[in-house]
Amino acid sequence: MFTRLVRSVSAAAGLLLLMVSNPHAAEINVAVAANFTEPAKEIATAFNQKTGHTAVLSFGASGQFYSQITQGAPFQVFLSADTARPQKLVDDGLAVPDSRFTYAIGKLVLWSKTPGLVQGEATLKAATFAKLSICNPAAAPYGAAAVEAMKALGVYEALQPKLVEGATITQAYQFVETGNAELGFVALSQLAANEAGSRWLVPQQLYTPIRQDAVLLKNGTDNEAASAFIAFLKSAEARAIIEKYGYMLDGQS
Amino acid sequence: MGILSAEIWQSVSLTIELASLTTVILLILGTPLAWWLARSKSWWTEIIAAIVALPLVLPPTVLGFYLLVMLGPGGPGGLIASLWRGRTLAFTFGGLVAASVLYAMPFVVQPIRNAFAALGDRPLEVAATLRASPSRAFWTVAVPLARPGFLTGAVLGFAHTIGEFGLVLMIGGNIPGRTKVLSIAIFDYVEASRWREASILAGLMVFFAFTVILAMTLIDKRTARRLT
Repeated sequence: MFTRLVRSVSAAAGLLLLMVSNPHAAEINVAVAANFTEPAKEIATAFNQKTGHTAVLSFGASGQFYSQITQGAPFQVFLSADTARPQKLVDDGLAVPDSRFTYAIGKLVLWSKTPGLVQGEATLKAATFAKLSICNPAAAPYGAAAVEAMKALGVYEALQPKLVEGATITQAYQFVETGNAELGFVALSQLAANEAGSRWLVPQQLYTPIRQDAVLLKNGTDNEAASAFIAFLKSAEARAIIEKYGYMLDGQS
Repeated sequence: MGILSAEIWQSVSLTIELASLTTVILLILGTPLAWWLARSKSWWTEIIAAIVALPLVLPPTVLGFYLLVMLGPGGPGGLIASLWRGRTLAFTFGGLVAASVLYAMPFVVQPIRNAFAALGDRPLEVAATLRASPSRAFWTVAVPLARPGFLTGAVLGFAHTIGEFGLVLMIGGNIPGRTKVLSIAIFDYVEASRWREASILAGLMVFFAFTVILAMTLIDKRTARRLT
């Protein structure tokens, strides 16, 4: 705890130094789909070290950010968990058309804290659990992918009474983490630092690939730091971080 | 009602059910508590009163976090749920009722306590000289005199439960017919960009809140007139 405090204080001090030393350092606000929370933090730190700019991150469901951005939310960059919402923002005239690109392709995992509980699709078919946690399929792409996978396996109807919904993938994870649900569909990236329990990487043919698009918002058009962040997201350094958390990169599949 | 889909109706009736049940439970639990708080002279009365009032100040996320853990398999909620071979009280209607009772308690207890306190000792002393037993005096003298307090408490408790959001978001799991109350449904529609439905429900809520506040003011006015 203490070392963490020391580390964050020294990081803040370093950041301050950088801001003093770099007269062009700017601050941008980035809306980040909740599944990308951990890699985004790491990328923001690396971005800051490299450019001196600060990316202030907000985490939430992609749908929620979409609604907020249409109402003038002060974000310059949007890292969505799907392709549809960044595209809609482009269509709405709220995002820069040629800035849109796929920064990550997400992986869906069925996860439980109990070792041995998750044993592949058989677990879903046997359905010997009380609660299965997912995130809201209407607002969060990982929720939609979970529903798609269950439908593909022909178990959706049977499992529906057992489903509990979190507003974001973080909450779906938290329901399993607190033990209120025995298992849940989460993002592979959320399990990067967690070896415990049991998990099943849902086969890609069961759901449409979760292509996650980033887009530069109109708000950030003339913002040097915002363009720099988008560029940094494409750099080898950022891509290494993204891969480390279990995402695939565009053109790899 | 063509503009309201079955889905919305389900949320409306669930919300009313939750608020009604919460209010009834709070009147039953809250009345003796309010009586004790109003009459007792012991030094820890105010400590209990402060605990009851906590939800007025605490963010719903604090209560939501505690409840998520308490209702789960590691807490008392999981123990209760295991009686019917359940796992957790989170994501259940019963769990929401328990949460709402805690959360709305100050809104019901406070007005009733004030009403009891405002009676003073006199009416009860008079009742005692007329040889009324303490329980008879309570039911035939104190409760009728404190009626405005009960009315205010019931209306506030009901309205506050209807307006509850953060707590339900944290422990509800958004299950249609069980935990998807109106405030959650609105959040859901906004997130899913279904603004037509969101605006219908939001409009209904505004109308409801306005009615409640107006009713409260009228109750207050009538009481004030009766007392002068």
